[in-house]
Parts: sequence; structure tokens; C-alpha cells
Amino acid sequence: MRDFAYTRAADTVAALTRIADPAARPIAGGTELVNLLKERIEAPDLLVDINGLPMSEIVADDDGLRLGALARMSDVAAHPAVRSGYPVISRALELSASPQLRNMASMGGNLMQRTRCPYFRADNGTLPCNKRNPGSGCAALGEHGQQRAQAIFGGSGHCVATHPSDVAVALAALDATVHVTGPSGVEEIALTDFHRLPGDEPERDTVLPDGALITGITVPASPVTARSAYVKVRERASYEFALVSAAVAVQVSGGVITEARVALGGVAAKPWRLPAAERALIGVRAAGGVDREAARAAVGPAFADARPLPGNGFKVELATRTVVRALELAVRQGGAR
Amino acid sequence: MSDATTTPVTLTVNGTKHRIEVEPRVTLLDALREVIGLTGTKKGCDRGECGACTVHADGRRINACMTLAVMAEGTEITTIEGLAAGVGPRHPVQRAFIENDGFQCGYCTPGQVMSAAACVAEGHTGSDAEIREWMSGNICRCGAYAQIVAAVRDAARATEQQGVAADA
Repeated sequence: MRDFAYTRAADTVAALTRIADPAARPIAGGTELVNLLKERIEAPDLLVDINGLPMSEIVADDDGLRLGALARMSDVAAHPAVRSGYPVISRALELSASPQLRNMASMGGNLMQRTRCPYFRADNGTLPCNKRNPGSGCAALGEHGQQRAQAIFGGSGHCVATHPSDVAVALAALDATVHVTGPSGVEEIALTDFHRLPGDEPERDTVLPDGALITGITVPASPVTARSAYVKVRERASYEFALVSAAVAVQVSGGVITEARVALGGVAAKPWRLPAAERALIGVRAAGGVDREAARAAVGPAFADARPLPGNGFKVELATRTVVRALELAVRQGGAR
Repeated sequence: MSDATTTPVTLTVNGTKHRIEVEPRVTLLDALREVIGLTGTKKGCDRGECGACTVHADGRRINACMTLAVMAEGTEITTIEGLAAGVGPRHPVQRAFIENDGFQCGYCTPGQVMSAAACVAEGHTGSDAEIREWMSGNICRCGAYAQIVAAVRDAARATEQQGVAADA
């Protein structure tokens, strides 16, 4: 990697002052940035170590859950209040990466991680990739492009890469908010608005303003959070990114689903909510286990606007089944009839 | 050699303070191996995908290849060379790996042992399935997984019986 200077920020003001320079980058766990440096996708002049900032809290109260941006993935996953009150978050985290990486990686950094698309990550940017080198083309959409891991929603002619975060999918399902502080002050961004679709500017992954820092993530309290599940489908049993994943949360009352949240991972450049499926799931029988056929019927039509590529059409059926499996797990939780 | 800017860094490794001069881009892994001379920690992929470089930072298992040496200043680093300190001559996990033949070429082994020691201390050893999941950050090209799982199982049992702290 290219050489750089290094400084530890004593506080948030100091950190913001340093990262106002576009040639500076904040570093927390480093589990993504160090690789981006090694791959020369990032080449800053200065790294600003923000680990000393007071942003590591994990607090659950009547308003919901508050996660500091520097809270480590492993600590959030293991927190009793998260495990019991927001199991989809805990599960999504534990199915991510490896124990070693989860001990290092921060929640804020997790949201900021970049696509695993092999063309984006290819050695020294030698392959066409509009996200990495704007205007160079998209090798995935090219003649021999590998499309297995690419998007079925929200792609464009410039880019069909997906976002790899698992916990972002869980947070999207629970209507989380990303808290940001930057040159223009404090801002709150809905998690579902945080990641961008590629359009004709695939090089911008998020709407995080230049020179801003994520300070925390909040999840509003709701009856659905405790009855939630995350299912991750991947080619290896562990330590692998999702081919397709689903985060689901439900409220069950009187033996039927009365509220549902469904978000997909591995299908787009951002977590993909299925609002049509969420509405259609209301009334599906859940006593003694979810009615699988009814659940499928409710979820299937939500894929009508999917745009699979020649190489990833299987994701439509796979994602449908993954949602149904997650519903089965979510309904079984909580134990209430 | 280009005139790269080095910076003084004090790394506390296995209880000893090492005052070194490294560029900020030097990883903890390279600092341990190339500067301090502790070559027990191995470089497998250098990208956080194999776990061969697993060490403990303040008792938590991490990948040294993904940590910059400058960022490790102020933490207590434990490497394979220091694992048995205080519970000597071998740590229960090391004994279990030997007794269960938990390695072939040995290259992944220091990382496996460091990861296993932490896995036992974390309490993620309730079943073989749990062990496999919580050891999944360590890859073994020789395929010694069955014996590694057996070793972790035995080490967990031994630790429970003796009440030995899994990290020195």
C-alpha cells in the first residue's frame, strides 16, 4: 500500500477537523480499510484513528436500541438486550465475517464497507469497473462477465454490484436511523436511504456527506423487533458473504401475522425492503408455525419488478424461499400465540 | 529505498515492551515477524481471510494482518510464543492439539491455537457444531478440521475441570 501519515484523534472535533481534508480517511477497526489500502482502492495521505472517540455505547431502553458507531460487531451481537430484543441484529452479526474480524470491526465501518464484486476488487483495478474507475465499463455486464453474485434489483447499465453487509439488512428491516455529524452539523439519515443505487454514479456508495462521520445507529422500539430472524444463504457454511439473505420481523396476534418487515441482502446495492410482501403477509396464519404456502403466495409477487441478469436468475426463487425460511424462524421465536 | 517516514511505536507483546520504528502502513503482523522477530504468528493470506495471523489484543482474538502496528500501541498483544506464560510449559490448548493430532504441516497451527484459546475462554464450545462455527475464522489447507474440533473440545473440558485461565 502507498505510505501515509497517521494520527489519533483526541475527540470528535479534532477528528472532523482532520477528515475535512479530502486526502484524509478515518479508520476504526480497519477490517475493510486496510484491505482497500492494500488493494490501492484507497490511497489517502493521512489516516485518522477515531477509536478514542466516545461512540461505543450499546443501550436498549423504551425508545429502542442505540448503537455507537464504534461499538464492535462482536460486542453488539453478544449484548443480552440485543439478543433478546433484536435477535435479527444479533444473528446477522454472528453470521458475518469471522470471530476475529467481528472483534475488530465497528458498526459504522460495517455500513461503509464496499462491494465484494470481484471486478471492483481485482488487482490494481485492471478490469473494467465503473465503481472503481468511473467510465471504464462494467466487466460483470460484459461478454464473459460473472453475474452470480450481482444484483437483481436496482442495478443500472453502469453497475450491478451488491452491498455485502448483513447487519445493514437487519437494520433496514427494523427502520433504523444512521446518525451522522459533519461540516454541516448533525444529520439523521434513514438506513434505507443511506446506501445509494448506482445509477450513473456508481462510484458513490452512500449519501454520507464528505468529511462527515457516522456517530451511531438507532433502532426504534416496536413489537416486531423481538420476533425476528436472519437467514443467510451462501456457498460455504461459514465465513463467506451472502449470495442471498433475508431479515424478517413479525408481530403475531390471534394466531396470524399482524405486522411484517422483510428486507433482502445480496440482491442490490442496498438492503432491499419488500413493502408489498409486508402488506400481503398480514393475515397469514402463524399459529403452530407459519403457513408456508400462504407466505410464499404473499412474498412471490414482490419479485415482479426484479431484473435478474442472465447469470443470476436463480436469485429470484432463492430469495423467495429464503424469506419464507426466515418467516418460519421468526414466527417460532417469542413463543407467544 | 524511498524515504518513507517511520514513526516510533511501543508494542507490548507477551508482557515485554518493544520500542520500534515503523512506517504507519506496516501491519502488526509484519512488525511482529520482521521487526521484533517473533515468527510464530504466520502470514497466510495477508487479507483477513485465513486466520493464520490470529493473535490476542487485550485478550480478544484479532487478525494481525489487518491491524496497523501504530494502532496496536497501548494494547497488550499476546502471540503464540506467549500463550503458555504463567500456565507453562504448554497451554491446555497446545496440549490438546498435540494429543489430538490437530495439525499436519503446522502452518495454520499457531493461528488455530490462538483462536481456540480465545474460543474456549469465550465459552463457544458447547457442541461440535458451535466449535466449528466459532473456529470458522481459521482455515486449514491440510484439512485437519476433525482433529482440530476434537482438540478444542478436549481443551474446553480440561479448562472447565482445572479452572485455568485460557489467556496468559
